[in-house]
Amino acid sequence: MAFVASKKRQELIKTTMVYITLSIGAVIILLPIAWMLSTALKESGSIFLFPPQWIPKPIRWDNFSKAVNAIPFWEFLKNTLIITAFGVVGQICSSAIVSFGFARLDFHGRDFLFFLLISTMMLPGIVTMIPVFMMFKAWGWLDSFKPLIVPSYFGSGVFYIFVIRQFFMSIPFELDEAARIDGCGTFGTFWHILLPLAKPALMTIAIFSFLGHWSDFMGPLIYLNDTSKFTLSLGLNLFRGMYNTDWNLLMAASLLIMLPSVVLFFFTQKQFVQGIVVSGIKG
Amino acid sequence: MGKFLTKEKKASKRKRILKSLEGYVYISPWLIGFLTFTAFPLLSSICISLTEWNLFSAPEFVGFANYSKLFSDPLFWQALKVTAKYVFTSVPLRLIIGFTLALLLNNNIPGMGVYRTIFYLPTVTSGVAVSLLWLWIFNPEYGILNVILQKFGIIGPAWLMSETWALPAIIIMSLWSVGGSMIIYLAGLQNIPSQLYEAVDIDGGGWLAKVWNVTLPMMTPIVFYNLVMGIIGSFQVFTDAYVMSNGGPHNATLFYVLYLYRNAFQYFEMGYASALAWVLFAIILGFTLLIFKSSPMWVYYEGEMKNS
Repeated sequence: MAFVASKKRQELIKTTMVYITLSIGAVIILLPIAWMLSTALKESGSIFLFPPQWIPKPIRWDNFSKAVNAIPFWEFLKNTLIITAFGVVGQICSSAIVSFGFARLDFHGRDFLFFLLISTMMLPGIVTMIPVFMMFKAWGWLDSFKPLIVPSYFGSGVFYIFVIRQFFMSIPFELDEAARIDGCGTFGTFWHILLPLAKPALMTIAIFSFLGHWSDFMGPLIYLNDTSKFTLSLGLNLFRGMYNTDWNLLMAASLLIMLPSVVLFFFTQKQFVQGIVVSGIKG
Repeated sequence: MGKFLTKEKKASKRKRILKSLEGYVYISPWLIGFLTFTAFPLLSSICISLTEWNLFSAPEFVGFANYSKLFSDPLFWQALKVTAKYVFTSVPLRLIIGFTLALLLNNNIPGMGVYRTIFYLPTVTSGVAVSLLWLWIFNPEYGILNVILQKFGIIGPAWLMSETWALPAIIIMSLWSVGGSMIIYLAGLQNIPSQLYEAVDIDGGGWLAKVWNVTLPMMTPIVFYNLVMGIIGSFQVFTDAYVMSNGGPHNATLFYVLYLYRNAFQYFEMGYASALAWVLFAIILGFTLLIFKSSPMWVYYEGEMKNS
């Protein structure tokens, strides 16, 4: 009996320790975000107060509209949305169809090609950057959205292809056969049977693809020159050059740009975590 | 009879070719993309690295001059040093912290989902906005970090404006998104069959025995994965260095890819930049192969269970 009691006490101590450690971690993680929000709502005069106020007095909600009006925010948003939307659609479509080919069709050299595909996952993007830039330059694509969008339609999301192929592999082949008996062709099997089943996996890669396109910086930096074509990331960098010390406005703008990603994360959390679990990390 | 067979054979061969063709149609988006955006650029990158090319005039073949120039370029060595320091501190730290957090979260007590969400949150944000946030946090006078340090009686350094502390600042910032690897470890931990732990219980082993004999060996494939991906990614840090410190002060944060970017898109030294890219590729490949080669010594795969 005493043994059980001491074991229970041990458990309690362990649980408490876990909570304390995790809470300290959580505070460290959340502090920067709280600091960002607090700064974004301050008036210019109180940014440089010491010690800093955590709860700004007065709360300046108009910092957001000031930040938005200081740069062509809506234009940058439009550009970012165009690139992100076309990019995400392209990556989903091309990964779905390519991974179906690798998972379900038997063709000469398939395994070798799939090995190549996996190898490119480890290829540093920087190696191909310069020749690809030259190529787009030769095609007259510089200062347009094409370099940021078109590759998505040609399987640029190699990791996503890998993830969906893993997912397709987990679906029993009997389903395909049943579909074939019912008169479905290859495309019909893909379209009517496998694709609907893969919806959760597709949702997951859509989220990751969105995050990747939304905050991409190096791509737009290299390919876009004209301010009217800038994305939000480039715009924010530009804004920072102009309003060097207006930290309240800079934080307000940064917060606005982060917001869609954070909201998306909160609404699709389950997909997120499941996606990571399913996505064949064991592969 | 014989005629019939060959006819059938022919038909089946044709069917096989058609089937193969169909496969190629389905993977064609990737195949075309691979040839145009990966294979061809990879090969031409070698050629470009052997030339002097400023984009405005015709490329001039210079042999290995760009590569030999590397060795006498102090900025190349500086960039390599900075990047190596970053990789060899940030990657192990993220591994240890991520793993520890995952271990803590892998407890069957209420509230773990909330913590998981909090720790993962920073990973969904990235890019310029995050760099600016940390730039403000590291502000020597008004940034929150030095304010907090002062509460403990420590006078904080100038962080990104200090030659000594700029790189550590970027490393600290990289730890903020440790949730990315944490969640992968957590997924791995939850996949460990509970019978293995029960076996330790039966043998009378405690918590430490469980971690040492079950958790660690079972997690090595995931550590392996995170290590490879972490190294490949960390060698290519760009945005943080570009936005936060632009390589300064005195090249203390001149990350390799930032130096490469400057050569390519600010000095238009395409040949030299390509040589830089290939050297980085070789280094990354070297480390990746090293980890792969060493993996039989420390990565444990379930198939081996019979032997032990």
